[in-house]
Amino acid sequence: MDILIVGVGGQGTLLASRVLGKYALDKGYDVKLSEVHGMAQRGGSVMTYVRIGEKISSPIIDEGGADLILAFEKLEALRYAHYLKEGGETLYSTQEIMPMPVVTGAAEYPQGIEAKLKGTGIDALSLALEAGNAKSANAVMLGALCKKMNFDREPFEAALLASIPQKTAEMNKKAFELGYAAV
Amino acid sequence: MKKLLLGDFAVARGAWEAGVKVAAAYPGTPSTEITEELARYDDVYSEWSPNEKVALEVGIGASIRGARTIVSMKHVGLNVACDPLFTASYTGVNGGLVVAVADDPSVFSSQNEQDTRLTAVSAQVPVLEPSDSREAKDFTKLAFELSEKYDTPVILRITTRVAHSQSLVELCDREEIPVKAYERNIAKYVMMPANARVKHVVVEERTAKLSEDSDNFAINRIEEGSKELGIICAGGVYQYVKEALPEASVLKLGTVWPLPYKLIEKFAKSVKRCIVAEELAPHLETQIKAHGIAVEGKNIFPRCGEFSAKLIREKVLGESVKVEPAAVPARPPVLCAGCPHRGVFYVLSKLKLNVLGDIGCYTLGAVPPLGSMDAVVCMGASIGMAVGFDKADPEAHKHSVAVIGDSTFIHSGITGLIDAVYNKAKVTVVILDNRTTGMTGHQNHPATGKTIKNEPTYELDLAEVCRAVGVSDVVTVDPGDLAATEKAVKAALANEGVSVVIAKKPCALLTKRLYKGFRVNEKCKKCKACLKLGCPAIVNGKEGITIDVSLCTECGLCQGVCKFGAIDGEVK
Repeated sequence: MDILIVGVGGQGTLLASRVLGKYALDKGYDVKLSEVHGMAQRGGSVMTYVRIGEKISSPIIDEGGADLILAFEKLEALRYAHYLKEGGETLYSTQEIMPMPVVTGAAEYPQGIEAKLKGTGIDALSLALEAGNAKSANAVMLGALCKKMNFDREPFEAALLASIPQKTAEMNKKAFELGYAAV
Repeated sequence: MKKLLLGDFAVARGAWEAGVKVAAAYPGTPSTEITEELARYDDVYSEWSPNEKVALEVGIGASIRGARTIVSMKHVGLNVACDPLFTASYTGVNGGLVVAVADDPSVFSSQNEQDTRLTAVSAQVPVLEPSDSREAKDFTKLAFELSEKYDTPVILRITTRVAHSQSLVELCDREEIPVKAYERNIAKYVMMPANARVKHVVVEERTAKLSEDSDNFAINRIEEGSKELGIICAGGVYQYVKEALPEASVLKLGTVWPLPYKLIEKFAKSVKRCIVAEELAPHLETQIKAHGIAVEGKNIFPRCGEFSAKLIREKVLGESVKVEPAAVPARPPVLCAGCPHRGVFYVLSKLKLNVLGDIGCYTLGAVPPLGSMDAVVCMGASIGMAVGFDKADPEAHKHSVAVIGDSTFIHSGITGLIDAVYNKAKVTVVILDNRTTGMTGHQNHPATGKTIKNEPTYELDLAEVCRAVGVSDVVTVDPGDLAATEKAVKAALANEGVSVVIAKKPCALLTKRLYKGFRVNEKCKKCKACLKLGCPAIVNGKEGITIDVSLCTECGLCQGVCKFGAIDGEVK
């Protein structure tokens, strides 16, 4: 199973890939994750590859190769939509984060993105605020992913809770629950 | 026990299992996490050195004194460390010395796309190249053995994709390797001409011997497949080849310098079409062809950028799957919301100054709307370039500044500042002191007053350093105070000598607290003055100007540029 995680640097895409990796490993699969660190992380468009299977060679997913795109931002979902394979789907947050060319007026934020995406949109930002803080939006998306992909909820949620600071556990649990219920 | 490990962590684990005693590095993406991980082990001495040259010198000393040692850096860091490397190749080692170097094909976070293998050929240092985390660990251990057996430093070359991918690794116990006995050996370790001439012969012989022996190294292996097509590859490219061409015969090289020519010859003869698949320079291809073995390579593959399984299918089989990406606005990286550099660049942009830049997050000051950067070349270059501006144009000092981060200043900016004072230049230097090594993920450095293990140590005072080298005009400002920052920069530009402005404020990401975020109130006149800050949290959308509370860090810079008091919130 090939999952592409995309978003804006700082949104917590690395956490999501690590939770997925841990879950798949515990299930006994071969896993490869590929991440972006360094300059690209600073508010830029970021992508992380998660590949799960019996035996994985390349750590990257080619265009037209993803079973699912997990997108933390709507424009980013559209930017990488061509990575989906036939019949693949996108699970995306409806949150809009303006890229700098839009802020400066050099470009416009595209309209009607949702009509172009095949999959499910989640209002992760509102649900995160409901859970306690905007920062828990990634936990909302993980909850939604868990439901969407029919993952075993208990070990998947445990993988999340093992990957975050203890003091944010309650908030993240609530965010996960809200995301799970939103699909 | 099996664990999912980042390539960098696997290198660290391999070093630890190999009994490494000393680890030194200067942070550099994508190599940083090797030493960060080693710092977690209590039985390894680790340090952030001021730069890669010092790190390697620490490594050479530890090795001569008998300890297994690893020194880590990115490809451009190896340039800084080349001076000690080229001669450590002559002295050889006592305790094993491994230099882990991470290249960055596709330039994810670097200033160029150079190929460490070419440097290694010049330095006559053997190179191992793993293809995933499992090999990263195993090859690191092997590198220590080869280092001691062949009396040479060994480079472990990884690329971004190997360094920053996670795959499964079987963990082993640590082998306790005692620090070896030390005896003075002038002929071996003192590289003056008479000894160096002798050692050069030894190095040439060592390279030839290694090449011969490597024909039988288990990490150089033939995976038999179709006789029609054979691929010679190493490192991460091997994984793409296995995915793209499962039928092909493969010669997987674990040593990429020197090369196992007999094995290569045997392989090339066994297949109809033999292709070298390698990212960046045609290093393997050139060496193999120079040995009289016919192969294909860069006639079909690009020299720039990283490869993928798709690219290999396309170039080798001529398969081409056209996909059309949607036309959407680019999202380049930007200075974070709350970044202390933003205030400085706002002022530099407002004053329309020429800015000689340096390496760090603040290179992003080049991106619109701040767009205040004239040149960025390498670590520490800003101050020297500013001196050059001054010497070429007597008026330049009135409208140009050098900007350099705190960690970069310590890395190699201090010597530039000494040059400026010594040679009576008229320059203004702004030290962007965000109290950390930001871009690479917040490592301590000599001016944070903490070691790699967060233990308190002497805190280097940057203002005192500047005064000590002869700069009398040194002021410190808070870059969150735009008026004070502008005043300080203007005063420095007016000074007909060397001036240093230290813009001191911690990186916004160092504060881990949760923010509520500021709000735009009804007084907003939509004048867009705040948009000139290039803050990613300020949104100019359908509902006018708003603040994205998921990004806002309540730094208050927007309140500083708003003339109408239209932004609610309190800076804490």
